[in-house]
Amino acid sequence: MTNSANWDWGINDKLVADTNEWKDSYNWVEEFYTSPDGEKIAAVVNMDEAEFNVCVNGSAWEIDTPFEKAWALKFSQDNRLTAIISADMAWTVAVDGQLWENTFDYVWDKRFSDDGKTIAVAVQSDGKYGMSVNDVPWEDMYSFITCMALSPDGKMTSAVVQTVDLAQAEVFKFQEGCYTVAPNGKAWSRNFVNAWNMAFSPDGTKVAAEVRHNLYDYTIAVNGEPWDQIFGCVWCPIFHHKKGTVIAPVRTAGAWTMVEDGTVIWDRKFTQIWHQMVSPDGSKLAAVVAPSYGNWTIAVDGKPWDTTFGEMVSDAVFSPDSNRIAAVATENEKYTVVVDGNAWDQTFDMAWKPVFSPDSQYVASKVEKDGKYFIAVNGKLWGKAFDNAWEPAFSPDGSRLLCRTIEDGKYYRRVVPVSDIVS
Amino acid sequence: MAEASEKIEKKIIDEGLETGSKRLTEERIEKVINEVLSGETGARLKSYTDTCVHCGLCAEACHVYLSFNRDPKFSPAGKVKRTIGEMIKRKGRVSPEFIKEASEIASTECNVCKRCAMYCPFGIDTAYMMQTVRRICHKLGVTPLYIQDTAHSHAVTQNQMWVKEDEWIDTLQWQEEDAREEMSNLRIPLDKEGADFMYSVIAPEPKFQPNLIYQAAIIFNTAGCDWTMPSFPGWDNSDMAMFTGDLEIMARNKRFHFEAAQKLKVKRIVMGECGHAFRSVYDVGNRWLSWSMPPIPMIHAIEFYYDLLKAGKIKIKEKYKKSVTIHDPCNVVRGRGLHEMLRYVIHELCENVIEMHPNREHNYCCNAGGGVINCGPPFKKKRVESNRIKADQISDTGAEILITPCHNCHSGMEDIISYFNVDMHIKFISDIMYEVMEKQE
Ligand code: SF4
Ligand code: SF4
Repeated sequence: MTNSANWDWGINDKLVADTNEWKDSYNWVEEFYTSPDGEKIAAVVNMDEAEFNVCVNGSAWEIDTPFEKAWALKFSQDNRLTAIISADMAWTVAVDGQLWENTFDYVWDKRFSDDGKTIAVAVQSDGKYGMSVNDVPWEDMYSFITCMALSPDGKMTSAVVQTVDLAQAEVFKFQEGCYTVAPNGKAWSRNFVNAWNMAFSPDGTKVAAEVRHNLYDYTIAVNGEPWDQIFGCVWCPIFHHKKGTVIAPVRTAGAWTMVEDGTVIWDRKFTQIWHQMVSPDGSKLAAVVAPSYGNWTIAVDGKPWDTTFGEMVSDAVFSPDSNRIAAVATENEKYTVVVDGNAWDQTFDMAWKPVFSPDSQYVASKVEKDGKYFIAVNGKLWGKAFDNAWEPAFSPDGSRLLCRTIEDGKYYRRVVPVSDIVS
Repeated sequence: MAEASEKIEKKIIDEGLETGSKRLTEERIEKVINEVLSGETGARLKSYTDTCVHCGLCAEACHVYLSFNRDPKFSPAGKVKRTIGEMIKRKGRVSPEFIKEASEIASTECNVCKRCAMYCPFGIDTAYMMQTVRRICHKLGVTPLYIQDTAHSHAVTQNQMWVKEDEWIDTLQWQEEDAREEMSNLRIPLDKEGADFMYSVIAPEPKFQPNLIYQAAIIFNTAGCDWTMPSFPGWDNSDMAMFTGDLEIMARNKRFHFEAAQKLKVKRIVMGECGHAFRSVYDVGNRWLSWSMPPIPMIHAIEFYYDLLKAGKIKIKEKYKKSVTIHDPCNVVRGRGLHEMLRYVIHELCENVIEMHPNREHNYCCNAGGGVINCGPPFKKKRVESNRIKADQISDTGAEILITPCHNCHSGMEDIISYFNVDMHIKFISDIMYEVMEKQE
């Protein structure tokens, strides 16, 4: 979780950097990224042919030689700046300008734990694949890796790996099962035809994944043991963080429902269910659903909201008190925020994942309209339009909002009373 | 010719069909056929089979029938009779040998091109029926080997060609670096959240034709586009699982594709020059997932180039001089009506355009589409010979260059021009655009 208590909430507006000046110093400046606390803005910059560095608040990282490449720039939740870089023809991770000791033939898929303290990447060297966590590579490497995952607490990694070699078009060998899941790099003893998307139990003892036994029979496997129940299709499982049960949407007889440890728990079916989530207090289970073909909404404990949307519902989030849900909804190519089934009056060209205030009363979102970005709270747009902005964050007491914005190339860290926006 | 084709058919041994059919029992066949017929097809299939009056009007529409000397067994109604018609008539009580043949017919003698449906007075969609046969054969594990391998690739990697995740990103970075020789500040922006569009391609591009990504990058950078490509699975819009009848894997891949775009917060997805992928993202795959339309607008390259040229964002230095003809890909022309936009684009780029006949939505299929070319080497000769009509059609134009904005059409027609000795070269729109456009330094 982001610890925003020690962020500077006592100021109003602060000009952090004038990025216009960067453009004079470099051949080109790539996309901007800002730290969660708003204190830093950074971009990959190019100095010369195949010479790259990272510029933070106007100063480049102090490195001996420029990187041959740098990409996947991102701040961790604890405000460290990370990139995947290539130096001396080898790839590694750079954190605040310091390179990991281990290098690889390739590095990608950088992930962070919720507190930002753990950084995990997928790595490949000499055609062998695995993950590296805080610069410690897995002991076992594989000929193929996909669906990499890092547990929210940063204690576990996992991925789908190939454990049996396959030559071209060996379809029947494939159907005997050549793939499995490797928590912390140790493959389950049992193979599946396919395995995908996994979840970690909150106590760090279990991993659950979608699996396919053959071309038709899908189920969920937990620590390598598949459920007895077979389904026509399944989507990514989650663990109930209080009960420790595994919950997944499954398809039977052409329709979707929700199961918990293999048993159906919703009394109605949908034409689609995915992105299920348990409320913080553990009392409710919600998911994005299509109650009928082409109509999308949120269902809580199997009961859909009355309002539906024609194109998409995404980015759903429970309020801290577990009583409310906000999501992004799309209809006729216009986006809005919908809270507890009620859409905001305005529609936008894009809307980002909404965020609840700590007391669950306010919902804030970054939205885009006519090429400008705005911060909106409870459906009200803050009067200022920005050339760029990042998702807002509430102060721990909920009274203020941290807004990270760019206007005319100037990056500002702004702390705004929520009342200024909603009144 | 009909006799010749029978000889070819008899000689074809496909391991996927042979091994798969040997494992079948008649009980399993009956069960699976009836499950699919009652659980997945409903009124549509029944109305098609009940309505057909066997008038034969659809036959003249089918390039396979025409190319095989009008042998009735290759007509749309003939193929229905030899497959799903018998399955229904015999209430699923058919032999493993029958399933093997039905799979070969549905997978290699029909491109699910839907041309015949336009000529049937009742609008009977033989393609739908052939897809139902493929679905049944998939559920029975009897699918031609090479396309089955491709479906497995989709299942594991979410792309068609077993492209590993690092290979994908590395290819983009390599193309970006190469293209900087030509345009020094060019970028292929990876994972750029909030870009105007995500560009998605089919896996043969990074695997075999990275120059197409290079050309697209030059075009987008020249036009000043705000675009991105995902570094993670979902970048491939292609779909052979749709054609094998593995609809669950099809759906999984489409979910990856659209959720990649959703995660990147782009307003639309522009896709490269591919026809079957358009069918998957615009019609079949999205609908299986309950998205009646793509949840994020899908723009085919034809539409995108049309917009760029109309808006003057790409300017032409000098039009292409060689004579060109246009092959209309079924999935974006009969499936989406992009034929006039296609002509606008090609006339803007080329001086001398010669139409082939018939054209636009009446064009004959390339015979590679519908997954037929993906059934691989065992069926190559049969595939090429069953499109003699296309060879005649393109060679009658006398054009030097054939332009078609579809990968399958390209590969299929490469085989046709080589087998029938047609003196012609094949290009994508982007090949020509890249050649004739004004570029920045
Ligand atoms: S869909 Fe195309 S290939 Fe199939 S029968 Fe009809 S015209 Fe022939
Ligand atoms: S044209 Fe229609 S009714 Fe006539 S044979 Fe063909 S499918 Fe049947």
